[in-house]
Amino acid sequence: MGQLASALLTMILGVLGCAAYFYGSNALLDKIFPTKKGNAQTVAHNLRIANMVRPWLFLGPAVLLLTFYLFYPVIDSIRLSFFGRSGEEFVGLSNYIWLFHSDEFFESFRNNMLWLVFVPTAATFFGLIIATMTDRIWWGNIAKSLIFMPMAISFVGASVIWKFIYDYRSGGDDQIGLLNALVVFFGGEPQTWIAIPFWNNFFLMIILVWIQTGFAMVILSAALRGIPDETIEAAVLDGASGVQIFFKIMVPQIWGTIAVVWTTITILVLKVFDIVLAMTNGQWGTQVLANQMFDWMFRGGGDFGRGAVVAIVIMVLVIPIMVWNIKRANAEMEGR
Amino acid sequence: MITSSKRTPLTYLVHATVLFLVIMWTIPTAGLFISSIRDKDQLSVSGWWTALSTSTQQLVTRANDPSTQTLEGGLYLIQGNIFDGAPGEVTKFGSSSLKPDAFDVGTKVELKRGQTLQVMKNGDYTFASPTEWKGSRSSRIFYTAETPPRFTLDNYREVLSAEGLGQSFINSLTVTIPATIIPILVAAFAAYALAWMSFPGRALLLAAVVGLLVVPLQMSLIPLLKSYNLIGEFFGVGSKTYVGIWLAHTGFGLPLAIYLLRNYIAGLPSEIIESARVDGASDFDIFRKIVLPLSFPALASFAIFQFLWVWNDLLIAMVFLGNDAEHLVLTGQLRELLGSRGGNWEILTASAFITIIIPVCVFFGLQRYLVRGLLAGSVK
Repeated sequence: MGQLASALLTMILGVLGCAAYFYGSNALLDKIFPTKKGNAQTVAHNLRIANMVRPWLFLGPAVLLLTFYLFYPVIDSIRLSFFGRSGEEFVGLSNYIWLFHSDEFFESFRNNMLWLVFVPTAATFFGLIIATMTDRIWWGNIAKSLIFMPMAISFVGASVIWKFIYDYRSGGDDQIGLLNALVVFFGGEPQTWIAIPFWNNFFLMIILVWIQTGFAMVILSAALRGIPDETIEAAVLDGASGVQIFFKIMVPQIWGTIAVVWTTITILVLKVFDIVLAMTNGQWGTQVLANQMFDWMFRGGGDFGRGAVVAIVIMVLVIPIMVWNIKRANAEMEGR
Repeated sequence: MITSSKRTPLTYLVHATVLFLVIMWTIPTAGLFISSIRDKDQLSVSGWWTALSTSTQQLVTRANDPSTQTLEGGLYLIQGNIFDGAPGEVTKFGSSSLKPDAFDVGTKVELKRGQTLQVMKNGDYTFASPTEWKGSRSSRIFYTAETPPRFTLDNYREVLSAEGLGQSFINSLTVTIPATIIPILVAAFAAYALAWMSFPGRALLLAAVVGLLVVPLQMSLIPLLKSYNLIGEFFGVGSKTYVGIWLAHTGFGLPLAIYLLRNYIAGLPSEIIESARVDGASDFDIFRKIVLPLSFPALASFAIFQFLWVWNDLLIAMVFLGNDAEHLVLTGQLRELLGSRGGNWEILTASAFITIIIPVCVFFGLQRYLVRGLLAGSVK
């Protein structure tokens, strides 16, 4: 409890500190370059300087934090990838050479690609289906809420939930995992699902699909509502069937939104870590890049060079999306 | 939207499909919750979907030890009840582990040296012997019992105290509250500057923020860990501190915070801000008196995002806060339990439920703001 109190105190101090900084620095600026009195020339001069400085007072803390926590580390990671275990001796390209000769890397890379194809596709697909259907029924909002709910659950929590579903009991014991119980009910043999090579990847992916479908659904549902009624009415008058309307009228109009949902989930998938760590820790052929990177960071005292190399692979995979995002944001701002 | 007034078969199909999907999506969580309040002996032998039916269990118990024997009608008796007063019903019993269900209840079974054992339906058992019972070890009774469903909060009691979940809960709160509030203030000022102030490099800075939105955390971990080690050494406090993780979460949350808030603040009507400027208000006043109050919905949206993200985070907590009891957050604790108590589902289900209950409550309570934030963050 004392700990919580000190956290609250720090928070209050932090907030007060921030407020004091913003207030104080602005007051100081007004003091040094007064713009309220004096002759017209000095006021104009002071105003110009104050207007030049003030944005940076507002931006200062944010820019500092972004630089220290995101910008500088990215540069430093690139540098470290050419250095050895402790990050001190220069080793040239040997980390990269190691990477491309490591079976573990190819396993994680292949798995990441599987994740990349399966999870965004499945989540967007289910999201779209659910969004379309729930808009037509009176209890649609309740249904949406319930499907959206897994978004609030941590990846570790979700892993426990699903590990319980995949649970396996040997011998003739009753299965307490839902999946094996169903398999037994239909006359099959119970399996240790998360240890079946290759297919176990899909059992892990299902967890992320379960979490992300709600996100896709919410965004797509809003986009569907934005479709002008006239286009649909015209199609109805022309005698189009429901399926035709869906694929030929509705989907093309929300294509942009589908792309946004797709890329957002893709970025999340590239960084997927908690689920693999909690479910298998990369055993049985389920390793992924993010978990491998974490592993190298601490394995045998930590190998910063190799960890950094794996991180760079993830970064390289993200770059195309990053460029696309920046272009899109720029276009949007010009349109304003 | 297409709305058909007729009740066509298609409408029923839609209802059925949505119902099916909703069940698919809620059943995993429901199973977890139901399991977490079941008796742990029942939980480990039967699926949670049987929670309301009587369960059949193969059990073993030790009879009272020989010191409790009584002499009655020339026979030495050891008596007692298998269930010790709890409800239950015995169907079969046996005296050896090889044949735990050899005999029906009520039969009197001959053991060695003229001793007998009788177990009744309600759990009463009687060992009888013509000679005195020797030794201090009691005999075992194997039995098959029908126990009625039992629900209990014992699992929660256990994980909150013995498994350290209570401490982790406080740790999680300690991490989450400041890490949610601090970035908001920093981001709000920056967002205002990016939306309503003109200065060279504004477009570049905005592009940088959008770019940093998707930078994988993995890129930051190693350099930051190195920096933290240096800074910790310099101040002599070690590298894993709460201040460190608050600032880390602040840094990682900033791009989204700035992006969301800038979009919202840029969308405020320019007349209000222009007229305030004409009246001689400084940017600081405009921000404090006009922009901040008007941006409440966007601030709330981001606060919910950041809260969920920090509370549910595992990676940053593991790297920057460490694994000792004083620092382990709920997600970290849950992962540890998953490793050390892999088969003890009564502990895992209760722990998992404790870790998800707060975010789920926040989610249902403030869903409106969350949805609004999601839409502002991605659809344009």
